[in-house]
Amino acid sequence: MNIMDHLPALVIAIPLLTAFLTPLIDRVSRKARNAVVFIALALTFILAILLVQDVFDNGIQIYVMGASSTTQTIPTQAAVPIRIVLEIDGLSAFMVLISVLISLLGLIYSFSDIKERGGRFYTLFLLMLVGMLGMELTGDLFNLFVFLEVTSIAAAALIAYEFRRGSTSEAALKYIIISSIGALFVLFSIGLLYGEYDLLNMAAIAQAMQSTHIDKIALVLLFSAFALKAGAAPMHMWLPDAYGEAPGAISMVLIPTTAASMYALFRVCFTIYNESLHAIIPAVIIIFGLLSIFIGVTMALVQDDIKRLISFAAVAEVGYILLAMGVGLYGFLNSEEYTVAALRGGMFHLFNDVLDIGLLFLVAGGVIYATGERSLNKLGGLAHSMKYTSVLFLVGLAAAAGLPPMNGFASKIIIYESVYKVSPILSIIAILASIMMLAVFIKIFQAVFTGPKLTECREVPKPMLASMIALAALIIFFGLFPDMVIEHLVDPAVNALMNYGAYIQAVMGVGT
Amino acid sequence: MIYNIPFFTVVALIAIGMYAMLFKRNLIKMAIGLTIVESGVNLFLITLGYRKGGFAPIFTDLPPDVSPADIPGKMVLPVPQALTLTSIVIGVAVLALILSLAINIYRHYGTLESEKVRRLRE
Repeated sequence: MNIMDHLPALVIAIPLLTAFLTPLIDRVSRKARNAVVFIALALTFILAILLVQDVFDNGIQIYVMGASSTTQTIPTQAAVPIRIVLEIDGLSAFMVLISVLISLLGLIYSFSDIKERGGRFYTLFLLMLVGMLGMELTGDLFNLFVFLEVTSIAAAALIAYEFRRGSTSEAALKYIIISSIGALFVLFSIGLLYGEYDLLNMAAIAQAMQSTHIDKIALVLLFSAFALKAGAAPMHMWLPDAYGEAPGAISMVLIPTTAASMYALFRVCFTIYNESLHAIIPAVIIIFGLLSIFIGVTMALVQDDIKRLISFAAVAEVGYILLAMGVGLYGFLNSEEYTVAALRGGMFHLFNDVLDIGLLFLVAGGVIYATGERSLNKLGGLAHSMKYTSVLFLVGLAAAAGLPPMNGFASKIIIYESVYKVSPILSIIAILASIMMLAVFIKIFQAVFTGPKLTECREVPKPMLASMIALAALIIFFGLFPDMVIEHLVDPAVNALMNYGAYIQAVMGVGT
Repeated sequence: MIYNIPFFTVVALIAIGMYAMLFKRNLIKMAIGLTIVESGVNLFLITLGYRKGGFAPIFTDLPPDVSPADIPGKMVLPVPQALTLTSIVIGVAVLALILSLAINIYRHYGTLESEKVRRLRE
């Protein structure tokens, strides 16, 4: 048995098994538990890197559960892939890389941030990672639904983790009810598609797609469910509550879970429906994007809670990604020449959004850890005692507001340029919102870090600082060498989005 | 017409559930609404897989007078049943989580009316 052949299954299996092992080891020793969780996640990270490398070098990877090839079926004449197939193309690999990287940094941060009853925390943490990875790796529509629910349940339990504050339960309840409705929509549309084609495999459905009325109903349900889970305005109301109430690093790790839903949205639009997509879908995505940018930035300006404020900024960042991807989808359907640029900007910004807002959430978590205070009105003068944290906040601030030489600038400039070709107004709104975003973050910086010393506190512990510094280093690296990142990471994802034929052929084979 | 009745039931169940979720203010009633929607979707999946006069999809347990050549189109589809079972299990987990969160909310707020559970405002 060659371990390289089983990478896709191992990447899901290792965190899944460790998740259920953690409470047992926790009974014995806390140090052993931390070590096991860290080793498991580091191993997953290494295997994921190997997998991503493999996909980028050798093209789409197929892993069939319980058989050696997709065409091995009983009865033999029914040549449809009935087994669960993991299919990893450039887009999946890109998303897997983001999820695993952010989870690893979030785990290091949590080691010093989470004090009590850690065993349950790490179980849920690993299950959330399993859900994300499963959504991104799978090639099966029903399997996608299962992993979507795994992610939702684990995330809701984590949001309510600090259950002594009642408001966390409120946020978690909102989150789980909204996600279950979304997931039921997905299940219903899976039923519609299965009733029509007798297929569950995404590539097989894409090949059989005839865009009848039933397909259109299924598209609307899938689209609204995934847009809801991705936190696009006007369906964003759960997102600031969930991000704002989640403990420490979980706010950061929740960003890749919404990104996984966004991945599912793109997979449905670009791969399953591809060219039969109705022209109104890109328009709707662009409108959602603009609304998210506008609502996110304006609501962020009036917030008082530091985490809630950053959460609304996260809504705005989701808007930028949707704006670029909507324009890219429009270009994709009409074969315009700006398509690649728009998709590139969107995918690059997806990575940058996770890094920038993630760093800001970590800094906000550090401030809450050191002072126990969340309100901007009561905080102040922390730069005296938390020097590193305030510098790191400045890095995150500049990146999220799109100032050069940070990564936010590198992706936003691509978005502005490509969006301009569709309509200059889109670009203008995006740039104005970006300036307002700067104002929002200056407000936090001024309220929290500058001014006279109000409270006695100490710098955050070293593991927390380490993961923040790692994020800041990535932000600066991405900002200084955007060409390299785009060439080696973003372009494979963009090519995978554009080339849906390869995705279908990898499962269905040539000529069938 | 008679074979469409399950589909009308699906629509009715989903509509009733959605109504409960949108217009009822009590958190427990909202959870009940969610369960009703879920039952509707499960019924939809099961109905999709049903074949008129079909038998259970177990090859070793066929009625004696059936020859293997008759099997296509005569068997109830097994995949939707598997989907439904999975969906029921997930539904139980979600419902348990929702109810435990509702208990915790009742402890902190002293009420289950969603209008009064509003510490997190926009």
